[in-house]
Amino acid sequence: MSYSLTHLRELEAESIYVMREVAAQFQKPALLFSGGKDSIVMVYLARKAFWPAKIPFPLVHIDTGHNFPETMEYRDWLVKEMGATLIVGSVEDSIARGTAVEERGLNASRNALQTVTLLETLESHKFDAAMGGARRDEEKARAKERFFSHRDEFGQWDPKNQRPELWNLFNGRKHIGEHFRVFPISNWTEMDVWQYIYQENIPLPRLYFAHDREVIERDGAFISTHPEWVKLRPNETPKTMHIRFRTCGDLPITGAIESDADTVEKIIYEVATTRVTERGNRADDKRSETSMEDRKKAGYF
Amino acid sequence: MEHLVQDGKFDHHGYLNMELLRFTTAGSVDDGKSTLIGRLLYDSKSIFQDQLEQIEATSKNRGEEYVNLALLTDGLRSEREQGITIDVAYRYFSTPKRKFIIADTPGHIQYTRNMVTGASTANLAIILVDARNGVVEQTYRHSFIASLLQIPHVVICINKMDLVDYSQEKYEEVVEQFRHFASKLDVQDVRFIPISALLGDNVVDRSKNMPWYEGPTLMYTLETVHIGSDHNLIDCRFPVQYVVRPMSNEYHDYRGYAGRVAGGVLKPGDEVMHLPSGITTKVAAIKAIEGDLEEAYPPQSVTLLLEDDVDISRGDMLVRENNQPKVGQDIDMMVCWMDDKKPLQLNGKYTIKHTTRDARCVVKEILYKVDVNTLHRIQDIDSLSLNEIGRVKIRTTVPLFYDEYRRNRNTGSLIIIDEGTNTTVGAGMIIE
Ligand SMILES: Nc1nc2c(ncn2[C@@H]2O[C@H](COP(=O)(O)OP(=O)(O)OP(=O)(O)O)[C@@H](O)[C@H]2O)c(=O)[nH]1
Ligand SMILES: [Mg+2]
Repeated sequence: MSYSLTHLRELEAESIYVMREVAAQFQKPALLFSGGKDSIVMVYLARKAFWPAKIPFPLVHIDTGHNFPETMEYRDWLVKEMGATLIVGSVEDSIARGTAVEERGLNASRNALQTVTLLETLESHKFDAAMGGARRDEEKARAKERFFSHRDEFGQWDPKNQRPELWNLFNGRKHIGEHFRVFPISNWTEMDVWQYIYQENIPLPRLYFAHDREVIERDGAFISTHPEWVKLRPNETPKTMHIRFRTCGDLPITGAIESDADTVEKIIYEVATTRVTERGNRADDKRSETSMEDRKKAGYF
Repeated sequence: MEHLVQDGKFDHHGYLNMELLRFTTAGSVDDGKSTLIGRLLYDSKSIFQDQLEQIEATSKNRGEEYVNLALLTDGLRSEREQGITIDVAYRYFSTPKRKFIIADTPGHIQYTRNMVTGASTANLAIILVDARNGVVEQTYRHSFIASLLQIPHVVICINKMDLVDYSQEKYEEVVEQFRHFASKLDVQDVRFIPISALLGDNVVDRSKNMPWYEGPTLMYTLETVHIGSDHNLIDCRFPVQYVVRPMSNEYHDYRGYAGRVAGGVLKPGDEVMHLPSGITTKVAAIKAIEGDLEEAYPPQSVTLLLEDDVDISRGDMLVRENNQPKVGQDIDMMVCWMDDKKPLQLNGKYTIKHTTRDARCVVKEILYKVDVNTLHRIQDIDSLSLNEIGRVKIRTTVPLFYDEYRRNRNTGSLIIIDEGTNTTVGAGMIIE
């Protein structure tokens, strides 16, 4: 008898352990649900961690108002399926309140505004820990994150002064007004996530699978058309292509890739042979070399 | 991942059955740790097109002669500006043989705590030495920390061989220097490889410049080094992490004890003893959403049901009556101090975390600190400052259920927390 786990089971065990630490160490934790595959996997992991009890924290969705309709449909289905509580923080409300200001110009996006709404939502509900589905393999600033990431009373991350994090001993102690971001799937890679989705048979929004869609080519990416959110520029002509999305952020800034992968198995094959990172198609990361770090410092996911 | 694709299909089984090696880099500042990781990623074709384009552009902008591979892990703005690593970066890659999790850690003494963070979960440490400078204080410090953490394998890479004309003499000089020191350390397996991280000699591909070196390349070593189980499968230890109580009609009286197995194997029907009460009961079932499990072993996260109604909460432990951990409030351990503001003080009071248990403690005795260059013990001290390592006795407010760190990393480790700032200031490895 060999007592060894496959590396996917080992990752699962680690993530469940982290989520249980969060439930035990914090008074009011929340799980940030973005609608993307990573946060979907997190929700399924949370169900396992506390089963047969319900997930003991709400799902928090920061709604930019620019989501794919498929994402919203899936979100509402999932919340029902899990018997979970959903809390929505709306960027449009923040704009209406005047705490967030809509960006103007050609590259305007609501990505940065999410941070404002996120911090407002955490504060108004007095959440003291927010779990996110960020993975260290995604981006070079994320490669630097701890599992338990301390945030000051302004929600800021101080990457030069992170707490040591030894073994599996997670220190969630904090002063009043401070909170933690926790990343239970830190050590998963994109491939691990897909393998897990395959192994556990986790349903996903249609966006991830190849389908026909009207898109335009913009800054080297294929962007979904939309009557209001994506204003056509002079030289842009919409065309229908067979595409899928590797990540699902806001509609106006999430680039699609041409693909025939319409099953999880085919996607895994595609991921195994691709030469570009999944964030390589996201306009928000292309703004500057350290744009992720800057956003994270300010309190982004 | 292309290596797992065949005839248009992905090999799921092969993917799931790859062994996992966690390793860390260590060594003094500028010895080439980040460059080496970049080289490993690059030569094993684990870098994506867009990542490569990004670092090529940055290197060019800065007028650097080579593509700066350290930029693959030095992701923070300050790191890129200063050309040093400040905090651990984790990277992931796989070859047809294994899957790897790398922790690239900083060499600068100021950031030693981040090196300890990266090393605490490693199965192998690569310690780099600049061939021109030989072994320096940080090499000693990191080697000593690796031995304290009981990292089973240590690979000493003598780097920048291109700058010493690939001299065998120089290499052997450094090997000799290190061996002399390592004889006093508690490490089982030490190997030496002459490399150039910048140019790739002996990293993934064999060097043509050092025909005198007959050993394996670094990559071959990483792919073949024996990974025994890191886990103690003998001493049954189940720290209770969380009590699952569904509060629903269907599961009215359900009380599940959730936790991660820290040692040994548990099966339904096994007799277990609860600590601190000493009451014995039996495992009724090991629950999972997919169905009941036949056994649980480290590092699984499971939920146990017990036959009797015992009052159990987080921080308690389930063990076997005939194989109990030590139970006590007086702990003797090696401490690595990580606070840059305040030293560890004799009679100082701190919070500690050990398994799932929190306690407070007072420092009763500081027996000695270790001079990392000579490993001599320095006695008659009453504090440990940043980056110092010493032997310390504490008394805790409540009993801990513990083992020697050598016997079990999970039940033999603890962290020390400053009660004012709440930050983690010390790492403790229990001796007895
Ligand atoms: N000639 C030569 N230069 C090297 C070699 N390896 C690294 N370097 C150079 O040494 C400098 C420092 O390399 P890094 O990889 O940043 O060193 P490091 O050990 O990661 O440094 P810290 O993380 O800050 O401790 C860079 O300029 C590298 O290009 C080598 O094998 N040969
Ligand atoms: Mg470095």
